[in-house]
Parts: sequence; structure tokens; C-alpha cells
Amino acid sequence: MTDVINPPVIGGGGDVTAVDEHVVEHGHAEEHGPTGVLKWLTTTDHKVIGLSYMITSLVMFYLAGIMALVIRLQLASPSSSLLSFSQYNELFTMHGSLMLYLFAGPFAFGGLANYIVPLQVGAPDMAFPRLNALSYWLYAGGSITMLLSFFVAGGASSFGWVAYAPLSNATNSPGAGSDMWIMALALTGFSAIFTGVNLVATIFYLRAPGMTMFRMPIFTWNMLVTGILILIAFPVLTAALIMLYCDRHFGTHIFTVSGGGVPVLWQHLFWFFGHPEVYILALPFFGIATEVIPTFSRKPVFGYKGMVFATLSIAALSTGVWAHHMYTTGVVLLPFFSLLSLLIAVPTGIKFFNWIGTMWRGQLSFKTPMLFCIGFLFAFLMGGVTGVMLAAPALDFFTHDTYFVVAHFHQVLFGTAVFAGFAGLYFWYPKMFGRMLSDKLGKWHFWLLFIGFWLTFIPQYEVGLKGMPRRVAVYPSNLGWQVYNQISTIGAFVIGISFAILLVNLWISWRNPVPAGDNPWDAGGLEWFTTSPPPHHNFTHLPPIRSERPTWDYNHPDSPALHHGKPTGPSSGHGGDGSGGTRETVEV
Amino acid sequence: MDSPSAGSPLARPRRRLPKLTTRRLALGAVVLSPLVLASCQLPTFGGYRGATKQAVDANKLWQGFFITGLCVFILVAFLILWAVLRYRRRSDKIPAQTQYHTLFEIIYTVVPIVMVLVLFYFSVVTENSVDAVPASNVQVNVTAFQWGWRFSYPGHNVTVIGQELQNPTMVVPVGENVHIVLRSSDVIHGFYVPEFNFSRYALPGVTNQFSFNVNHAGTFRGQCTQLCGLYHSLMIFQVKAVSPSAYEAWLAQNSTSASTTAYHANSSTVQGGSS
Repeated sequence: MTDVINPPVIGGGGDVTAVDEHVVEHGHAEEHGPTGVLKWLTTTDHKVIGLSYMITSLVMFYLAGIMALVIRLQLASPSSSLLSFSQYNELFTMHGSLMLYLFAGPFAFGGLANYIVPLQVGAPDMAFPRLNALSYWLYAGGSITMLLSFFVAGGASSFGWVAYAPLSNATNSPGAGSDMWIMALALTGFSAIFTGVNLVATIFYLRAPGMTMFRMPIFTWNMLVTGILILIAFPVLTAALIMLYCDRHFGTHIFTVSGGGVPVLWQHLFWFFGHPEVYILALPFFGIATEVIPTFSRKPVFGYKGMVFATLSIAALSTGVWAHHMYTTGVVLLPFFSLLSLLIAVPTGIKFFNWIGTMWRGQLSFKTPMLFCIGFLFAFLMGGVTGVMLAAPALDFFTHDTYFVVAHFHQVLFGTAVFAGFAGLYFWYPKMFGRMLSDKLGKWHFWLLFIGFWLTFIPQYEVGLKGMPRRVAVYPSNLGWQVYNQISTIGAFVIGISFAILLVNLWISWRNPVPAGDNPWDAGGLEWFTTSPPPHHNFTHLPPIRSERPTWDYNHPDSPALHHGKPTGPSSGHGGDGSGGTRETVEV
Repeated sequence: MDSPSAGSPLARPRRRLPKLTTRRLALGAVVLSPLVLASCQLPTFGGYRGATKQAVDANKLWQGFFITGLCVFILVAFLILWAVLRYRRRSDKIPAQTQYHTLFEIIYTVVPIVMVLVLFYFSVVTENSVDAVPASNVQVNVTAFQWGWRFSYPGHNVTVIGQELQNPTMVVPVGENVHIVLRSSDVIHGFYVPEFNFSRYALPGVTNQFSFNVNHAGTFRGQCTQLCGLYHSLMIFQVKAVSPSAYEAWLAQNSTSASTTAYHANSSTVQGGSS
């Protein structure tokens, strides 16, 4: 690999400098670095860090999933003695904390984004490789801290993943487990902030020549917006955690009535983080769907620019809806938060029509990643529709903190982080390891997951409307709630089986590799132009970048994108130098 | 604020829909119209029809949102399924690479905005009616604590206290506005009576007030909804609605004796339920 770029063909002088400096800065030194375990411990390569993130977050996912199964076992009968009250409270707290803080976010912006974004923009690495490594190790430290809290006197934290004050203060939740929860989140929070900085800097400064903002793949766009949301939301969480810690240990009364504090302030701070967080957990997965659906429809994404503006407006609205988690406090302005929350349905709806429009008149093939994305569409549709219901305060009053809400947010988060998340895993696994996963086992995984998903969560809507509150370890046996809970438990175990199949699939691909080639799906993103797995600094050659799918343009020079029947893609000469559609590449 | 009659929350969007002449909305209106016409007999869609005046209003909003949500779900799910079934790969031919269609993009942006604004209007009307605290002769001070409830009747020297497994009962008159003053003495709790279609946090340091008007006699179970520590699962209570005369009699009977009456349900199990 040389560090010479050939500017005339790619054009765009300013960008060249950025890439050039980067190549020079990181040179070849790391190419001959340590191997084996030492490589994983010392690396600053975004691909290795990305894989570390994904593996760690998948461990968290499986652990939290096992916790969910134990919770469902407890609820299969009304007054089960499987768990004590305190064990039950610890388990649902840790299930939520692991899934939300240590799986969904890190898997998306620590794992997939870390691995894919530099490839998609044609960069050799993230903007700050060492900061990237620090991010991972902070996250790993946070994860270990969180898990170890099970083993201290008094057990793990048991105040729910939202840690409402004053339940989370030193009087009501004494013990080191709660402190470890706070510290674990602070570590993970800093890790997220650093990753956010890194993503934003990478996308703004390290795009390959020709890769303008409106030629970035939607996945990269969504990761940029996610990075910005992280920078808005996580510092607030980290500050709130420090306040909580001070209340617990240094005698402050920020959230305590007795000293003049305001308990509901915690909810404002937490949800000011928490609602953007919901979109931090959703946008990356929307991005995955927007890579997968066009690929398996053999079409460009429909309404690219509308999609970008929808993403931006979701991000903007998401910073003004936090108090829809607080309707029943009686101390928030209901119409304001209700209107903004309802309005989020509009850009989300736009995305739906974009995805459907992408499939419309396409040539759809149903490989595993595509199946998972269709599962995501149905799951998220249901979660979205019930989300509109919850945005109306008068409806939230009787569904808040019941199983209706549990079902709603599981359908949203399961739809995004699990259906779309694992679509991403199946989609990019060949790129990451140069080998395929079994499509047959992938389909078993999908169908069991899809069936288990509806079995688990549909009954929860009904039992919630009947009045079953969330976070109860026991419930009356004379209200007819048991049958709903039992169906839900069966569904949860079907989901459990489906994820055992994924492990088998990974194991088989590890033992009997089936080579993937560079571009097994005929996809369009720049990441499919390089080898699988990519070399140390990602690219030896780049194709001309004239649209958001340069690899497609390179492989299919006669199939440009159309706007009302008119070409908008590479052959139209948009790039200015008339080289679009040729099969020239540029050495980097 | 008007008190919506039986059909009005649903009839309004029906009138507006035909104006947005798209095939999609016409389909929605066709699905919607028989349900709207039959709005007096609308099912509850899994919720409670409501044991209070406020709950009945909330249930009507629920029906409207449910039907709208169902239509949207059916429409979008149908489009997804259609695309999936109709456009399966049949050849290796590369399809037309359509990327933009401005008219469709405008339609699927504007129509949802209009729908959201209509939903918002009905949501505000209902939340104002549910949230209103009218003048009242009956007041109950509710104090939530770990892990139980205290119901006291100011001016009558009556207090009912129940801790976990005791399931205290609040007695209220039918057909009168009951003014609830809700407080917490420790952490956050949630006062929730499913058949009243209502819940409200008991926040430490804050006095929350709301009102309900029970429309028929009966015993309604209630439970804490907000996680409040170890025995959160056991913070159950009842609201017993009786005739105003029976209510007066109950007050008289309990105010003369000891000021504290504990109601014990089956103390050996946690299955308190409505007894």
C-alpha cells in the first residue's frame, strides 16, 4: 500500500489533505504490531476495537437475556417462590441496565459504527484511534463493574434501570451494589461520549475525496446524528449520576426533600438523557435497515434526502419530549410534550414509506439479513403505533407503569436493537470475517425469533390494559392475569431457543468456513469494495464516488439512480469530470 | 372545554378525511366508517369502559386512538406485505433504479401531520376533562408510604391505614366528585385504579390533586405502579363506592370509634385482589 493519492481522478482538493495527513500519521507502524491476545489488548485499529465492542456487548445481551428468562419463569405463576422480592428487583434492574446501557448502544455505535463507518466513508481508521481504544476499555471496565455488583454485600442495585430518586438514595438503597451501578454507568457514559466525538470527527473530516455529505450512506448519516445526540444526552446523564453519588455519600440534598432538594429533578435530568437515548438506540438500527433493504431489493434507497431530513428532525424533536415519561407526575406541561411526542410519528412514518418505496418494484431476495429487516418493520410498526397512543396524556395515565408500556418499549427496542441489530450482524459478518453464516440456520433463527417475539409481547399489552403494573414479582391469581403471563413466558423461551441457534451458526462458521468474497450480497456501500476482512488501513484502491453507493455504480455502470425517470446517478455527469461509470479505480 | 358526546371524538376525523383525497385515506375511511357509525356499541379494545365519569372519557379517547392506530397498522402492514409478496426476485434483471417521487413524498409527509394534529386536538380535550379538579364536598387525603396507604377524611376524624397484605379500602360515595389530595411520605409511589383509567404519582415534597366521580357502586382494586422498593408488589388497596347515604353512615360509624381502622384481607397470601 502506498500513501500516495491520485487527486486528478477523485477531485476535491480540500478532502485530499485530510486523508493524506491521516495516512502519513498512522503510516505502516501498526501493520507489523503484536498478534494474538496482545493485538486485541493493544490495538488502535477501528476494526479490532469494533469487534471487541461487538463481542462484549453480545455477552451482555446473552446474560441479560438469561435474566429475562428467569424473570419470565417467576411470572409464569402468580405467587412463585422461585425468586425473593429482592432478587427479583435486582434481576429486572440488571436486565434493563445491561440491555440498554451495555448491549444496545455499545453494539450499535461502539461495534457496528466503529467497524463500518470508516469503511463507508473511505477512511483508513477513526479520527482518534487511541481515544477509540480508551472508549472500549472504559466500556469494558463499566461492564465488569456492573456485573461484579451481583457479588457484593446487599447484592446488585434494585431500583430499576431509571434509578428514580429518592428510591436510589443512601437511605432507601444502601449498599455498594448501587454505587457500583452508578460508577459503571459513569464509565460507560464517558466511553459513549468519546465514541460520539470520534464518530462526528471521523465523518466530518475523514471522508474520502468525492464522498460529499449527500453521498454518504444513510447508515453513516444516522451514525453522525447519533454521535451528535450522544454529545447532547450523555453529559447530562453523567452529571446527574455525579449528583446522585454526592447525595449518597457527601451529604448533598439535590434530590432529597429533607434538605430542600427536588426528587423530580432526577427524572427531568434522567429523561433529558433518556429520551434522546431512545433514539441513540434506534437511529443506528434504522441505518442498518436502510443498508440492508436496498441491497436485497437491488434498488437505491427511496427518498434519500427525505430520509436524511427525517433523521435530523427525529433528532431535533427527541430533545424536546423527555417529559412524556413524566405525565403522571402531575408537574409537567402536558400539551407541549404531548404535541412534540406525537409529531415524532411524522418523520418516523416518512422512514417507513422510504423503506416500502425502496422495496416497491424491486427484485427482493430473502436472505437472512433481509428477513430480519422485515421483522424489524413489523415490530417497529407495532411499537410505533402504540407509541402514538402513549403520547396522549389521558391514555398514558392508565397505561403508564403497566405492562402495556413494557410491551410497547420492548417492541420498539426489540424491533430495532434485536431485529435490525442482528440483521446488521448477518449482513456484515461476511465482511468482518471473510466467511458466510449459514442462511438456513439464519432463517430458523429468524422465524423462531419472530414467533417468540409476538407471543411474548402481545399478551403483555392486554394484561397491562387489565391493570397489571410492571416490576411486580407476584400478582393476584383471581384476575385472569396468569394465562397472559404464561403465554409470554413460552414466547420468551422460544426467543431463547432462537438465540441458541445463532450460537450454533457462529460455531459452524468458525469451524467450517465458507468463503464470502468481497461483496457476497452485491451491495453498494464503499465497505464492499475492499477485501473481506479489510486490510489494516482498509483500502488499497477506491472507486470513483459519485453517489451513496459507489460500489454498485462501479459494478453496474448502466444502472444509475432515477428521479422521475431521469438519471441522477453516476452516468449523469454530476461529478463534473465525466469519469463516472468507468471502471477506473484510484490507489490510496 | 365541552364534554364530548358518545360519537363526537370519532365523527370529527371522519368528516375531515375525505378532504384529503388519496386512495390510501379513502381506504382508511371505508374501514373506519362502520366502526364510527356503531360508536355507541364500540368494543373497549382490551381496556376498561370506565367506572368514573373521567374514565369513560378516557376510554372514548382510547377507542379513537385504537381505531386510528389499527387502520395505520393495517395499511402499512399491507403495503409491506404487498411489496414482499409481489416483488419477490423473479429474474436477474436489474429493476428501475427509482430514487425519488416528489408527489408521494409530499403526501406521506403532509397526511401524517394532519392526522397527528387531529389526534392532538382530541387528546387535549380529553386530558383537560380527566385532569380537572371541580368543587367537591368529599375529600380524601391519600398518603402513600413504604409499603401501604393511609386514607384520611378531613373533618370527619376517620383514617384507614393498611400496610402490605392488609389492602386498605377507601370508601367513597357514588355520583359525587371525590377530591383526592395525594402525598408520599418517603419515595415515589403510583396511585392507580385500573377501572378508573387513571393513575397519578405520589411524589415526596409535592401535593398532587385530582378528582373522580364514580358512576356505579362496586369495589375496585388499586395498586402502586411506581417501583418503590422491596414490597412494591404488595401495595394493593381497594376503592369501595357506595350510595351517599351509606357513605355518610360509614363515616359516622368510624369517626366515633378509634380513629384508625385497619382492613385486613387474607393476611396469609399475597392474593389480595378485590374481595
